[in-house]
Formats: sequence, C-alpha cells, structure tokens
Amino acid sequence: MSLPNPAELISQMALRLKAHLEHRGISEPRFIGIRTGGVWVAQALLEELGSDSPLGTLDVSFYRDDFSQNGLHPQVQPSALPFEVEGQHLILIDDVLMSGRTIRAAMNELFDYGRPASITLVCLLDLDAGELPISPDVVGATLSLQARQRVKLSGPTPLELELQDLAL
Amino acid sequence: MKLSILGARVIDPASGLDQVTDLYLDAGKIIAIGAAPAGFNAIESIDAKGLVAAPGLVDLNVALREPGYSRKGNINSETQAAAAGGVTSLCCPPNTKPVLDTSAVTELILDRAREAGNCKVFPVGALSKGLDGEQLAELIALRDAGCVAFSNGLESFRSTRTLCRALEYAATFDLTVIFHSQDRDLAEGGLAHEGAVASFLGLPGIPETAETVALARDLLLVEQSGVRAHFSQLTSARGVALIAQAQARGLPVTADVALYQLILTDEALIDFSSLYHVQPPLRTKADRDGLRAAVKSGVVSAISSHHQPHERDAKLAPFGATEPGISSVELLLPLAMTLVEDGLLDLPTLLARLSAGPADALRLPAGKLEVGSPADLVLFDLGSSTVAGEHWLSKGENCPFIGHSLPATVRYTLMDGRISYQA
Amino acid sequence: MTPLDAKRPLQLNAQGQLQHFLSLDGLPRELLTEILDTADSFLEVGGRAVKKVPLLRGKTICNVFFENSTRTRTTFELAAQRLSGAAHFIAEHVCPQVAVINGGDGRHAHPTQGMLDMLTIRRHKGGFENLSVAIVGDILHSRVARSNMLALKALGCPDIRVIAPKTLLPIGIEQYGVKVYTDMAEGLKDVDVVIMLRLQRERMAGGLLPSEGEFYRLFGLTTARLAGAKPDAIVMHPGPINRGVEIESAVADGPQSVILNQVTYGIAVRMAVLSMAMSGQTAQRQFEQEQAQ
Repeated sequence: MSLPNPAELISQMALRLKAHLEHRGISEPRFIGIRTGGVWVAQALLEELGSDSPLGTLDVSFYRDDFSQNGLHPQVQPSALPFEVEGQHLILIDDVLMSGRTIRAAMNELFDYGRPASITLVCLLDLDAGELPISPDVVGATLSLQARQRVKLSGPTPLELELQDLAL
Repeated sequence: MKLSILGARVIDPASGLDQVTDLYLDAGKIIAIGAAPAGFNAIESIDAKGLVAAPGLVDLNVALREPGYSRKGNINSETQAAAAGGVTSLCCPPNTKPVLDTSAVTELILDRAREAGNCKVFPVGALSKGLDGEQLAELIALRDAGCVAFSNGLESFRSTRTLCRALEYAATFDLTVIFHSQDRDLAEGGLAHEGAVASFLGLPGIPETAETVALARDLLLVEQSGVRAHFSQLTSARGVALIAQAQARGLPVTADVALYQLILTDEALIDFSSLYHVQPPLRTKADRDGLRAAVKSGVVSAISSHHQPHERDAKLAPFGATEPGISSVELLLPLAMTLVEDGLLDLPTLLARLSAGPADALRLPAGKLEVGSPADLVLFDLGSSTVAGEHWLSKGENCPFIGHSLPATVRYTLMDGRISYQA
Repeated sequence: MTPLDAKRPLQLNAQGQLQHFLSLDGLPRELLTEILDTADSFLEVGGRAVKKVPLLRGKTICNVFFENSTRTRTTFELAAQRLSGAAHFIAEHVCPQVAVINGGDGRHAHPTQGMLDMLTIRRHKGGFENLSVAIVGDILHSRVARSNMLALKALGCPDIRVIAPKTLLPIGIEQYGVKVYTDMAEGLKDVDVVIMLRLQRERMAGGLLPSEGEFYRLFGLTTARLAGAKPDAIVMHPGPINRGVEIESAVADGPQSVILNQVTYGIAVRMAVLSMAMSGQTAQRQFEQEQAQ
C-alpha cells in the first residue's frame, strides 16, 4: 500500500482546522503536541498556519494504562506547558491514532493541570482501530492496516511515514 | 571384636609411619600393624585397598548444644555428624544451658555421649561459675567428673586480677586453661573485622587489636602463673606472630585455628550473608595467609571445626540480628583436604594437625595409630570427592560450604574398634 | 573458595534494569542518569495543580520501619548499628513482583538520599565532570556519605573530598576513591559543592569527640569557612540540621544554601525509583515467562 505524503496532509489539516475553529468560535487556542510524533506534527502545523503561538509538549508516560504489562517507558521526559490550561481552548495534536488510549491518557494529564474550556483533537492519521469512543475533530487521512502492520512517523524534518511489519 | 583392615595406606603422624600395610584390631585396641598376630581370626575384615587409614580426628571445639539448646542440636545428632567428618574424639565447650560448671552437667554429657556411642567426648569445663568471669568454678570437681581443660569462652574476666588468680589456681593442679583471647571493650558491639569490607557494608567492626591486646596480656599472665595454656580460635596474622614469639622464648603454649578461618576471609560478607557471621570474625586475606603459614610451620599445631550448629531462624534475619557460628564438623576431613589440594600442607602434616597435634595440646588419649592405642581410626578415599550437604546429619544447616565439591570422602570411622560411621 | 551464591546483583533484573533499590554500589552510570532524568519528569509534576500521577494506582506500598522512630537515644543508636543489610535481607526473601526500596539501613546505604543529592547538584551545577565536592562530618556513621561517595564516583566527579577527624573516618575510606582532609580550610578550598553531615549528639559518648563546641570550632561550616570555597558554591545537608554544631545558621539560611530544595527533589527521586523498580519487576516477570516457554 502507498502511504500519503505528510507534507500534503499538513496543508489539508491546516485548512480543516481553521474551518473547525471558525465554526466553533474559538479565537485563541493553545497548541499541545504529544511526544514525540505529535510534537513534530504540531510544529509543522503551526508553521503551515504561520502562527507564532507557543507550543506545549505533553509526555503521557505517567498516565498510560499499560504500566502493569509493560512498565515505564525508559525515556520519559518532563511535560512542558508554557501556558495555563484553566479555562482555555486546547488543540491536542498526535501523529497516529490507533486504540485511543494515548489520547485518553493525554486528556487525563491535561485535566491534572486544570479545567480546559474545550479540547480539539487533531491527528495526522486515523487507523480506524479505536478501542475507546475517541475520534479526531481534524484528521489528515484514514488508513486501514492489517493486524501485523504498524505506521511510524519520522521527523522533525522532513516528516516521513513508514510502514512496519511486526512479524519480521 | 577381631577386625582386620587390609591394604590401606596407613599414616600415623606421631610416629612418622606412612606405608601401605595391614591393621589388626581386637577388644577396641590396635594389636598389630603389618603382620597378623599368631592365631588371629578376624571376625570382620575391611578391604581398604586405595584408602588412607589415619588416627581418628580430634576436634577441640564442637558445640553439641546439649544441655539447653535442643533447637540447635543434641549430643546424638552432633556426635553423629562428627563421626561422618572422621572425628573420633571431640571436646565440647562449656557454654551449655546450664553452663558446664558442675559435675552434674559433666556427667550428663558423658552419659549421653556414651549412650549415643558415635564419638568420644571430652568436656571442657567453665573456668568461672556461669561463665560470668567473676567467680572461679570448682575446677577439681569438674576435673574429677571428666573435664579435660577449662575455658571462659569469649567472655572476658571483669578483673584481670581475678583472671590471674584463676590461672594460678589451675596451675597448682596442673590443669590446662584454654584461652579465647578477645578484649571486651575493643570488641564491644562489633559484628565483623574492622576493615574495608565492614566499613563498606556499614557493619560495626572488631579491630585486630581486640585479639592482639588480649593475647599479649594473656601470654604474660601465662608466663607469670606457669599454667598450661592452649590458645584457641586465633584469627589474625599478628596474633599467631605473638604465639610464635612466646614459643620461641620457651613458653610451652599451643594453639589452634578454626578450619574455616584458613579458607574464608571478610570478603565473603559482601552480600550480608549471615552464613559468614562468626565470632571471632573472619579477617583479611593477609590474616588468612598468616594463619595458614602458622599452621604449616607448626606454630599452630591444631585445626578444629569450631562447630556451631544453629536452627534456621537464628540465621534468617538482617546480618546484625543473626547468631554467629558455622556448622561444619561433618565436613572436617574433606574440607581440611582442600589445604592439601592447595599445596599448603602435605597429607601427613595435615593429619598431624587434625589428630596428634590437638590430642597433645590437651593431653588426650587419642591421635595416635600405634600398637596398643585405642582403635580410633578414619578410613578415607583420596580418589573420590564429597558433595557437601548431600546427606546432612547435624541439626544445623548453617554451613556456607554446602553444595561445594570437596576432595576426599570418609568411608569409615571407627571408635574403639567399632564402626561409628560408614559411607 | 568463592561463595556459590555469587551471582547477578540482587537489585538488577536480567536486562540490567532496577527491580529493587537497595544501594548505589554497582549501579552503572547510565542507570543513575536514568534515575535523575526520570526524577526530572516527576519534578515537573510537582509544579502542577494536581501533584500526583496515576502510575502506581492499584499498587500496594508498605512502609517497614526497623529503627525506632522515637528519638530514644539508646534504642535508636543500637538499632542503627545493627541493621545494615536489612533491606537486602527483605529483598532476598520477599516474593516475586514485590520491589524493595531501601529507605536507609544502618550505616550502610541511603540510596534515595544519594540520588536526591545528585539531582540537586545536577540542577544547580549542570553536570559532574568538572566538579569538586566536599563531604564534611561524621563519615564513619553516615549511610548518606557512603551513598554520596559511590554516586559521585559513578557519575564521574573527578574531585571528591571528605573532611573529618580520624575518629569519624571509616577504615578503608580510600576504597571509595576520595581524598581525605582533616583540615576544613584545606578541604574546602575552591570546592563547588559542600555537603554537611549531621553530627549526632550521641557521638560525644564513647570518646569519638570531646564536645560539640570543639567540633564546631574545627569542622563547623561558618560564613568565613564557606568563603574559601568557590563564590557560587552550593551548601547541602541531608537534614535535620544541627544549628551551631555542624553549620552556622547564617549559612544554612543563606543564599548559597539549597537545603530546602533538597526536600522537593527527594519526593521526585522517590517517585522515580518506585516507578522504575516496579517497571523492572514487570519486565523480569515477562522475561521469566518467556524463558519458561
């Protein structure tokens, strides 16, 4: 299968996001990328939008639900949100949406900072493999993979998508 | 019973005999070496080809734990263990409960030992009542009941003067005093040798001077009182040097070391393993080398097991909360054979340190393999090895050598011509 | 004859990850750095509205005290003397999947304190490669000093100094790779970090020191003495501090003191170590299951 070109997806996402924000009447949202891929996507998106808005980075390692099975990620880093969460409209950005558990963890973490006014979810890819009732407000492309396949984003520049086969 | 032992390499360190020959036993004694006596019809015969026959080992310090410490051991179990280690005569220390300071306790121990019939037991009586270091025990009563020597264990006398008087009293009657020299104040609270390992582990230390300061004092008191003295459980190179100096200036003192002190050092403590918690403590490599040299030269003429069996709970706690002691009498011969394997001693010298040496130190009727002596023998196989712990007789499993493969296997131990242990 | 039971260190699993946290002895530099990095992440948590994370939700944590928590002089002293190796013992006998974290055993080790001291140094000084660190006081009885010396060595600090009278220095101190000083002026010259240790009042008994006053005269950290260190040197203390015994109040409360920060770092370090140890236990269980197949 051929993977889409991230750069093209980013431009489309930027347009869709602008439309979405206008529709919702959101004027000064805060951008937050989920480490590591989500941060790259967020940076590319901000550049596309020509925005100099500060970018928050979120590390969800402490909020994952698979600690008992897989332990702690060896390279956990501090989250860094250079703005208030309380009462703000947030744009949460990740690279690949699969089960939805990363997004759940991210939202739980955000709520420990304060109570946001809203969260808009932006994803580069949706793999349509959700285990939780979570879907993106803005998405670059939807893909269907086989059970053994995964998609990996490399970056930050250039952004590239790679298909991986777990069985190998 | 008439018994013949055929074809063994017979080694008697006392006489220098080392030859493949035959032994003839009757009525509990050795009646001939070499040619059978006229008209001798053996009821039983042991084919000892390929085995070494030596005097039964004499172990000067084996805690039998009876009376008073039944969870740790009893006379039957521990003498059985001793027989398995090749021991035919042993001395038990006075730290029983009640303390071995009355003829009643002495008789109890001797009776039980006779009943068990595994090993000859020569009790060491307490030098002071209750081992409290204050009042002299009734040494003559104890001697008459069967005690062969007197000691105060690791307990110091409160007053040096009292100790001095005790030695003079013992000297009056030609009694032997066994010293475990340790200065109470320097050793107080210590769990391990005061050195780099104890510092690293955060364990309070017992400095070498705890031994040498007390030893120097005790040697001078021995000289002044003229008492027969045996110094037991030395741990430091400086300590054996002091003994050597005393011997060189004519003082007739003897000394023993625990076998494990010739093998282990304080580095064994590195994982806080309570199996290596002993008192007096394991010291450095340099100390171990000094002890080994002294055993080789004969300054130390006796090796003992310093057998101290314990119940599991006594060793199952953080290091400082465990009781000290290693249970090892049932490995005495095979474990001691590592000293021959290492090249430290030749076989006759090792056997001397385990039989004639200890027997002479306390003037025990043992340690000799000659015509007319009691038929106390050990027959062992140099070509086979013993996996320590495969069959364990002592009640105490607190032995760090369990699981190791040791050179030589005891095949028979005979006491008064009767088999007390057979592999 | 080597003990048959010499094997992989108890606190590391088959992949070299932490599965217990007992002592800093034998832990490689990379692992110590990982602890510091993970602790940094937990420090950030401390700055939020909700200062917890759900990582260990559902796990049971058991605090086991071997030492009397009341300040009864004799029992505390005796207990502290006798219990080196307590955490090691528990770790050896505990059932699988239980991680043991040593909160300080006798005089042996205080690994969490060691790591929080390292985190403090890293946050205020950047790294360890060019640093000069002095540890002052009762080294002999201090598990904090032992853990600090081990950590500094493993993290590459080139100049580790201890300053104390002979009675308060353990035999074999050289094995830690430190330089020994018995004079404060010499020992503090141009250091970047001063770690003051607590002097227990009980040390006066037993002939280790004549009096607190004499100790303060010779080894107390006063403003004047601190002036001999680098002008931007930081002052640390594991606490609780004895004002006027090992440290002058003006120094303890002064601009170079980071003593209060140490407490905050301590929480982050403990969270990091708990998470990593639980993680290591999980990984070991998986490894063993895979081996069984």
